[in-house]
Amino acid sequence: MKAQSALALWPPAASATAVETDHIILGFTVLTLLLTVPVFLAITYFALRYRQGEQADRSTDERRSFLIEISWMLIPYVLTLFFFGWGAKLFIASRHPPPDAMVVEAVGRQWMWKFQHPTGQSEINDLHLPVDQPVRIRITSQDVIHALYLPALRLQIAALPDRTTEIWFKADRTGTYRLYCSEYCGTDHSVMDGNLTLMTQAEYQEWLTHGGAQQSNLAAGRVIYEAYGCAGCHDGAVAGVKAPSLVGLYGRPVHLADGRTLTADADYIRAKILNPNENRLAGDGEGEGGGQGGGKGSGKGGYKQVMPSFRGVIPADDLDRLVGYLKAYDRVAEGAPR
Amino acid sequence: MSSAGTLHGDAAARDPHTPLPTLDRPDDYLHAQSTLRSWFLTTDHKRIALLYLASITAFFVIGAVAAGFVRLALVVPDGAIMTNDTYNKAFTIHGVVMVWFFLIPSIPATFGNFLIPLMIGAKDLAFPKLNLTSWYIFMTGALFTLVAVVLGGVDTGWTFYAPLSTAFSNTWVLPALIGVTIVGFSSILTGLNFVVTIHTMRAPGMTWFRLPIFVWTHYATSLIFLLATPVITLALILLIAERAFHVGVFDPAYGGDPVLFQHLFWFYSHPAVYIMVLPGMGVISEIVPAFAQKKLFGYRFVAYAAIGLASVTFFVWGHHMFVNGQSDLASLAFSALSFAVAVPSAVKVYNWTATIHKGSLRLDTPMLYAMGYIGLFVLGGLTGLYLATLAINQHIHATYFVVAHFHYIMVGGTVLAFLGGLHFWWPKITGRMYSEPWGRISALFIFIGFNVTFFPQFILGYLGMPRRYATYPPEFQLLNVLSSAGSTILAAGYLFPMVYLVYSLWFGRRASANPWDAKGLEWETASPPPPHNFAGVPQVPKVPYDYPIQAPETGSHHT
Repeated sequence: MKAQSALALWPPAASATAVETDHIILGFTVLTLLLTVPVFLAITYFALRYRQGEQADRSTDERRSFLIEISWMLIPYVLTLFFFGWGAKLFIASRHPPPDAMVVEAVGRQWMWKFQHPTGQSEINDLHLPVDQPVRIRITSQDVIHALYLPALRLQIAALPDRTTEIWFKADRTGTYRLYCSEYCGTDHSVMDGNLTLMTQAEYQEWLTHGGAQQSNLAAGRVIYEAYGCAGCHDGAVAGVKAPSLVGLYGRPVHLADGRTLTADADYIRAKILNPNENRLAGDGEGEGGGQGGGKGSGKGGYKQVMPSFRGVIPADDLDRLVGYLKAYDRVAEGAPR
Repeated sequence: MSSAGTLHGDAAARDPHTPLPTLDRPDDYLHAQSTLRSWFLTTDHKRIALLYLASITAFFVIGAVAAGFVRLALVVPDGAIMTNDTYNKAFTIHGVVMVWFFLIPSIPATFGNFLIPLMIGAKDLAFPKLNLTSWYIFMTGALFTLVAVVLGGVDTGWTFYAPLSTAFSNTWVLPALIGVTIVGFSSILTGLNFVVTIHTMRAPGMTWFRLPIFVWTHYATSLIFLLATPVITLALILLIAERAFHVGVFDPAYGGDPVLFQHLFWFYSHPAVYIMVLPGMGVISEIVPAFAQKKLFGYRFVAYAAIGLASVTFFVWGHHMFVNGQSDLASLAFSALSFAVAVPSAVKVYNWTATIHKGSLRLDTPMLYAMGYIGLFVLGGLTGLYLATLAINQHIHATYFVVAHFHYIMVGGTVLAFLGGLHFWWPKITGRMYSEPWGRISALFIFIGFNVTFFPQFILGYLGMPRRYATYPPEFQLLNVLSSAGSTILAAGYLFPMVYLVYSLWFGRRASANPWDAKGLEWETASPPPPHNFAGVPQVPKVPYDYPIQAPETGSHHT
């Protein structure tokens, strides 16, 4: 449903719960109109009918007022309570997953989503799921509060640091829908989004084993490159910090402080991310000139070794994506430094 | 300036082209003294009200410019006009300034200050020096917040949710937090002053059920100031302690709980909605009877409804956290309690409508604002019930539906009431009449501009556009452009009064003591009033709203 028309007046609904939520809101809107339109019409009519100078009956009735007060106090309230009950029922149902639900683990961090399928495959920002199958999403955050919002399912749930929350649903309509972060989480809150792709069971199995889940994903790698803060220093996005550019690093020779020269292959990059203090580059931290930290030099001195170790911080599959992205970084122009 | 000799003829006084110096009535509160010192060290509640009026107008302009930046950025979906960072700072400044430095002090600090002593027949508030102190505290808090803005801004949103605000934001959060903490004390002291004044300073004969509804709603508001503000003050101090000294309260990294901050924040900030709305209801309850020339319908119900709203509002804060990891039982309870807010709100709206029924209506500017207020408040209130419905909330929480809803309450409610009150009491405050045609045109611009700006946001929210988004999917562009276009109409509606009201200070027709034929003690003294309000002890009428057209009595009293 990605290619929506410019003025869609109703969002697509991909589950029975979503349809029922729409029914509640439609019903509530009818009640709202019943309660408001008479007031608006009355105010307009009275304003014209009883304008100063207009001839009109302005006598008052002494008897009815107490009954009127009680009735307009209570009748609208009792009517709205029906929607409290209906909404509460549907809400509570969405909190209690059936036992056969498949479990997807979701993690939010500034600024990416990661989803882990029960079979082990994971994906970044996008989520592929089967229809006609209850799905339970268990969600947490690694930093601030985020919230996973799936408008086509009329659901959202906060991702809290150090805590797991969950939501479940059973989708019944295939298609591609939006997926957002809906709890404001800092600078790139609005780009912490992706697609929810709902597929048939067969398509989902195919996707898991042969399809998208198996392919290294450059876009996902870029998201990780930014979310783990690599871009902050290596692309010079953070003022006052400079680190060697990684554009075109892959496959180049690297001169080390102890005189050795290595080739920046996947193993080298991986080791450098996990143990930045090993294989110190020539010129690291000494400021003695001749820095050869891969890409462009830094003028006078080398680069001070301030990079923290990412061992235990970045999961293995995300490290694979990151290395995959760095392999291709000379071809990916858009993320190039200043 | 024309010579003083032409001033006192009626014809000359009515001619807007005759420039009239304002220094011809040296005995009123505006002119009794004219030094800077007499303004900045005044203890006259009326002058302090004007100090507030000038300050909050300045903050309204800052907040409105920030809103203009937000609407400008959202004309395009891809963030081409503004970086994400700039956008985030713009909406944060808009929220912080509008909520804490305009909406919360708006009506209480200006009209409340000016009118409560006049309405109850007192010379001043109970603690005039404390009143002046409140303004200085307010300005000190404002200074800290402005420093945060000038240094580079804040990007946490006005909600300051932890741990984003305590551990992750690299912007000027601390000065902003300190500013907002300080400004809370000004609210507390103002509330205290009003409560003591209303209890102890009423003129002989001014019983509780002879008080204008404006005083009732300010009494209710003052109770919220006193009971809720200390909670946000504490919460903000804990936030400052965590950000500055890593005292772990909210950040799980230090053993804290981020949802705890949300509870403390909304325990104040939901009642704060009624700090903004109740005084507005007071203003409307004065305007509607005056322009219908009819007694307020259901006076006692309207008075009790103010206290009812101020009470119920303390038990609904959890409806901000249905999807934030709150327990299901808590969510059910908070949802049910939130629906109860509909009862006192309905009382207000239906009683105003019944007051208009069979009145003798004049559709002057204050009345146009009052009618606009009723319409927008009804829509804002009922969409609040959508949000209180658990299943609907799961979809529209944190979307543009919420943005539209609270703007209908806060702009529709507070700002329209503020402008209505400003026009209603302008003759009393300044001794001058504003331009009625321009007043009506502006009211119309604001009503139309507001609806074009914010109604599309209900649809955007239901379509699933999250709030606080610097960039957004292209399918939402049309409605966003419509909303931004509406905001330019709204801006024009705000600009006109700033011109014609200021113009009227020098060139406006001179106002009589009671230009609207309104009831209430404030209309029985001169316009502008003398420094000590009344020449003698005012005579309190036996019933409030003693207008020519009577309404049925709902209480036990009959005239």
